[in-house]
Amino acid sequence: MSEETRDDILQLTGLTKRFGGLVAVDNVSLHIKRGEVFALIGPNGAGKTTLFNNVTGLFQPTSGRVVFDGRDITGYKPHQVARFGIARTFQNIRLFDYMSCLDNVRVGRHVRMKAKVWDSLFKLPRERREEERVTEEAMELLRFVGIAKHANQYARNLAYGQQRRLEIARALATEPKLLLLDEPAAGFTPQEKVELMALVKKILTRGITVFLIEHDMKVVMGISERIVVLDHGEKIAEGSPDEVRKDARVIEAYLGKSA
Amino acid sequence: MSNATMSGRQSPFGRLNLRDRIRDRDTAVYGILIIVALLFPLVTIYATGGTALVSHATYAGYWVLLAIGLNVVVGFAGLLDLGYAAFFAIGAYTYALLASPQLASSPAHHALHGNFWILIFVSMMMAAIFGVVLGFPTLRLRGDYLAIVTLGFGEIVPQLFYNFDQWTGGINAIGLIDQPILPAWAQGPWSGDGDFKIVSPFSFNTDPVAYYVLICVLIAGAVILVTNLYKSRLGRAWMAIREDEVAAAAMGINTVTTKLLAFSIGASFSGFAGAYYAADVALVSPDNFLFIVSITVLVMVVLGGMGNITGVIVGALAMYYVVFYLIPGLPQNVTSLANSVGLGSLNQSSGDWPGLGEATQRLNFIIYGGILVGMMLLRPQGLLPSRVREQELKHAAVQEEEAAVEQAHA
Repeated sequence: MSEETRDDILQLTGLTKRFGGLVAVDNVSLHIKRGEVFALIGPNGAGKTTLFNNVTGLFQPTSGRVVFDGRDITGYKPHQVARFGIARTFQNIRLFDYMSCLDNVRVGRHVRMKAKVWDSLFKLPRERREEERVTEEAMELLRFVGIAKHANQYARNLAYGQQRRLEIARALATEPKLLLLDEPAAGFTPQEKVELMALVKKILTRGITVFLIEHDMKVVMGISERIVVLDHGEKIAEGSPDEVRKDARVIEAYLGKSA
Repeated sequence: MSNATMSGRQSPFGRLNLRDRIRDRDTAVYGILIIVALLFPLVTIYATGGTALVSHATYAGYWVLLAIGLNVVVGFAGLLDLGYAAFFAIGAYTYALLASPQLASSPAHHALHGNFWILIFVSMMMAAIFGVVLGFPTLRLRGDYLAIVTLGFGEIVPQLFYNFDQWTGGINAIGLIDQPILPAWAQGPWSGDGDFKIVSPFSFNTDPVAYYVLICVLIAGAVILVTNLYKSRLGRAWMAIREDEVAAAAMGINTVTTKLLAFSIGASFSGFAGAYYAADVALVSPDNFLFIVSITVLVMVVLGGMGNITGVIVGALAMYYVVFYLIPGLPQNVTSLANSVGLGSLNQSSGDWPGLGEATQRLNFIIYGGILVGMMLLRPQGLLPSRVREQELKHAAVQEEEAAVEQAHA
C-alpha cells in the first residue's frame, strides 16, 4: 500500500449504482484524506445522497468498491459500517422523535456499549456503571453541540436548527472516524450557517474527518478543503474550492448551457 | 458544615420525598396494585368464605403475565404479533409433556415427571427458541406482513398439537399434570386453613392461595426484569427501531437481532405463563390456545396503554374482568335487575322473544365489541398510556386540526 493511500480514510473506486435503467451513481472514484473536510456538491438529483447511502451500506453498489480505513467495506450492512467508524446524518432529519434528546444520543452510544441482555435484565453493577458513564458522555456531546438544556425534551419538540445539531451529536456518539453530513445547513439562517461552520471545525479538532453534501456555496467554500462535483451521477470536477468554482462544466451543470 | 445548611436540604428519609414519589403515576399504581394484591385473598376469603375468587385472581394473573410479555413485542419494539398464544401453547405443552403420565402412552413409552421449578425455565427457553425460529425468517418483513405471518403461526401451532396426537393426545388433551411442590409452606387463617402450621413438603394442588401467591411473585419478578430492560441499552434500541428503523441501523443497531430479541423475550414470558397455566389447571388442550387468546392479550395491551408496563397490567386486569366476569355474568344480572324493578315479565320467553337473559346471552359479542369500540373512542391512548403514546396522539390530533383549518381557508 502506497504512502498516499494510507493517508486516505475513504476510497471509492468505480462506484456505480443502478436502479433499473437509471444510473444514479456512475463510475465515481474519489479519495478522502484523514482529517480534511471534503465536500460533495451537485444539482438536485445528481446522486449525492445515493452515494452516501452506498458508502453507509444502506444500498449495495451495483459495482465498484468502498474502502474505509484500509478495509474493504463494500456490501456490509449499515450497522456494521457504523461499527467500523462511519456515522451519518440525514438530509431530511431522521431523529427518534418520541425519545428524549439524551436518549437519542445514548442510542448513538449503543454500538460502543458492552451490556448484554443478562446484564440489563438483572441490572448488574457493570451495566449500571456503563449506563452512568454513557449518560455522562451523552450529556457531554449535547453540551458540545450546544443543546444540553433540552436534554430531557422529546426530539421532535426541538427547533429545526437544534434538531440538526442533535442529529450531529447522535452521530458523534458512535465515535466515528468519518462523519457524513447530508446537507447540514439546509434551511438555516445565515447566522445559523456561521454557527454550523464553527461546529464542523470543532468536530475536526476531535480528529474526525468530515465528508459533507451541501448546497450552500458559502458554507462549502468556507470550510471544505476539497470538493467533488456530481452531475447526473457522474463526477464532473474535483479540486480546491477555487478550482471548482472556475470549472466550465460545473458552471454549466449549475446554470445550464448558455445560449 | 453548619446545621443551617443541613436543615436546608431534604433529609434522605424526608416526607417530601415520599410525596414526590406518590405524584409519580407509575409508583402510585404499583403501590395500589401491591396493596390490592396483598389484601385481596384476605378480604375475599373472609367475605365469601371460599377461595373461588382467589382462583379467579390467579387466572387473571397469567393474563397479566402474557400482557407484560406481549407488551415487549408490541409496545416496546413496535412489532405486531397476532400469534402470541402459540408461545403460550408451546410453554404449556412443554411442561405438560415433561410432567405428566402423557409420554407413557406415547411412542416414548416412558412418562416423565420433571420438577416444576426447573421445567418452568425449560418451557420459557422452548418458547424463546420458537420465537427465534419464527422470527428469524420473518422479521425482515415489516408491519402488516409480519402480522399476517404471526397470525399464521398462531393458527398452525394448535393444529400441530391436535394432529400429533400420538404425542400430545390431540383432541383428548393432556391431563393429570403434576403440581408444583415446595419444600415447606406456611398455612394459617389467611389461607382459610384454620390454625397456623408449617406443611412440609407442600404440594400446590390443594391450595388456590399458594397459586395466587406464586403468580404474584412471578408477576413482580417479570415487572422488575422488563422495567430493567426498558431502561437499558436494549430498551433504547427497541424504541429506536420503533421510531425509525433506517436511522437506528445507521447508528449501529443490528435491527434483525434486536427485533429477534424482542420476539424471543416476549415469547419466553408467554412460555413461562404457559407452564404455570398447565400446572394450575392440570389439563391442557389445543382449544385453550386459539386465535381469540392472542387477540384478547393484544386488546389488553392496547386498551391498557401500549408501551407502559403499569398500563398493561391494569388493562389486563380490566379486560379480564370484562371478558370472564362481566359479560358471562350479564344475563343473570340483567334477569335479576328486571325482576327487581318490576319488569319480570320480560324474563319469560314468549313467541320469538327468548326471554331477557337468553337475549342478553345472544348479544354477548355485540356487547363485548361495543365496550371495545367505546373504549377506543373515549380513550384511544389506553387506560394508563405511556407518555410517548399520549404525545403521538396529541400530535396527530393537532395535525388533523391544522389540515382542516388549511382546507377551510383553501
